[in-house]
Amino acid sequence: MAPTLDPMVGRYLRLEIDGVDHRIYFEEAGPKEGGGIPLVCLHTAGADNRQYRHLLADPEITSRFRVLAFDMPWHGKSTPPDGWEKTEYRLTTASYTAAIRAFCRAMELDKPVVMGCSIGGRIVLNLAIAHAAEFRALIALEAADFQQPWYDTAWLHRPDVHGGEVCAALVSGLIAPQSPPVNRHETLWMYMQGGPGVFKGDLYFYRVDGDLREKVKSIDTKVCPLYLLTGEYDFSCTAEDTLRTAVQIPGVEVQIMKHVGHFPMSEHPAKFREYILPVLQKIS
Amino acid sequence: MSPADRFARLPDLLSCDADLQRRGRWVTVDCRVDVGEQPFFLGLENGALAAFERGTRLMRSSAFTIRADEEAWAQHWQAMPAPGWHDLFALTKRGAASMEGDFRPLLQHLQFFKDLLALPRRLAMES
Repeated sequence: MAPTLDPMVGRYLRLEIDGVDHRIYFEEAGPKEGGGIPLVCLHTAGADNRQYRHLLADPEITSRFRVLAFDMPWHGKSTPPDGWEKTEYRLTTASYTAAIRAFCRAMELDKPVVMGCSIGGRIVLNLAIAHAAEFRALIALEAADFQQPWYDTAWLHRPDVHGGEVCAALVSGLIAPQSPPVNRHETLWMYMQGGPGVFKGDLYFYRVDGDLREKVKSIDTKVCPLYLLTGEYDFSCTAEDTLRTAVQIPGVEVQIMKHVGHFPMSEHPAKFREYILPVLQKIS
Repeated sequence: MSPADRFARLPDLLSCDADLQRRGRWVTVDCRVDVGEQPFFLGLENGALAAFERGTRLMRSSAFTIRADEEAWAQHWQAMPAPGWHDLFALTKRGAASMEGDFRPLLQHLQFFKDLLALPRRLAMES
């Protein structure tokens, strides 16, 4: 009997980000030649590209899009840069933007679509602000120009609290109660596997460095279309946060997703599909 | 049934949940939960409720206290809670609940406590 294989393929990419050598893991599926539109997917803070495994295995999407999902440096199977043990990981607007642009450049992607969730959604807004002409379209999931913090990140990395378990327990409430239990717990498993201090380091970007209030007003959707989609059960980036952001951006398309939380692509892939397919249809 | 009356069923609800007790096997702590004006004192030992007392207890110490008004608990314990009422931190973020005291045992066993405090939701599912 033939083996049952998922369609995506994983590889490691060697590249420089801001002059530092990196080895980045990514998975892809879909046509490289013949008109496949590159669609780069950005995972949430403290997680990895497995969040997009359902999208990578969806023939209705991969028939038209070359879907690529990479693990950010320090995340998943992407190793931290040499000498990581002497530094404290902190993601910034500049370093995150540099990593995405370096990946797209190294993979020789021609005007890709970028879709990111949570911190990935926030950085997509920054791409729209600063680098819109490089992209065919931008999709920000669970994104806003700013969100009110709801816990102290100091609890995420200390020896007397299990980092993986506390990260998962905190974000568990961001998953909608309607999400299938299997998908809920798979989403949480990824959080339990993050490296020490990585989720906390990602949130430095989210809470301290990545405040885009006022800046989003400069987004020109005529240069690059922008789509915002947020789950109604996301109390980290609330529907109100996203709608407040959207009214500042002429031409943006915004949708609030029913029965979905902060991790649409992994917590409820079937429901997310109902919302993302029409968006991808417009883009293609 | 009032929210406090529903929370008073917690010992039965926990004793029927072998999985939650298994996950809480390292939890030994005294804590307090206020449902509106009603305080409850929980004495947890290895994930089981060794003590559970309702009402004011003078000078009773507890590691941490979780408080919410009656409406917040009633919404939280709906069979399918509405957005913004479905998680302990959703309640604190909207100002409908608060936490104080020593956060260490709470954060060390956060999923256990979130699931413990959501147990009365099962009463809504049964009815």
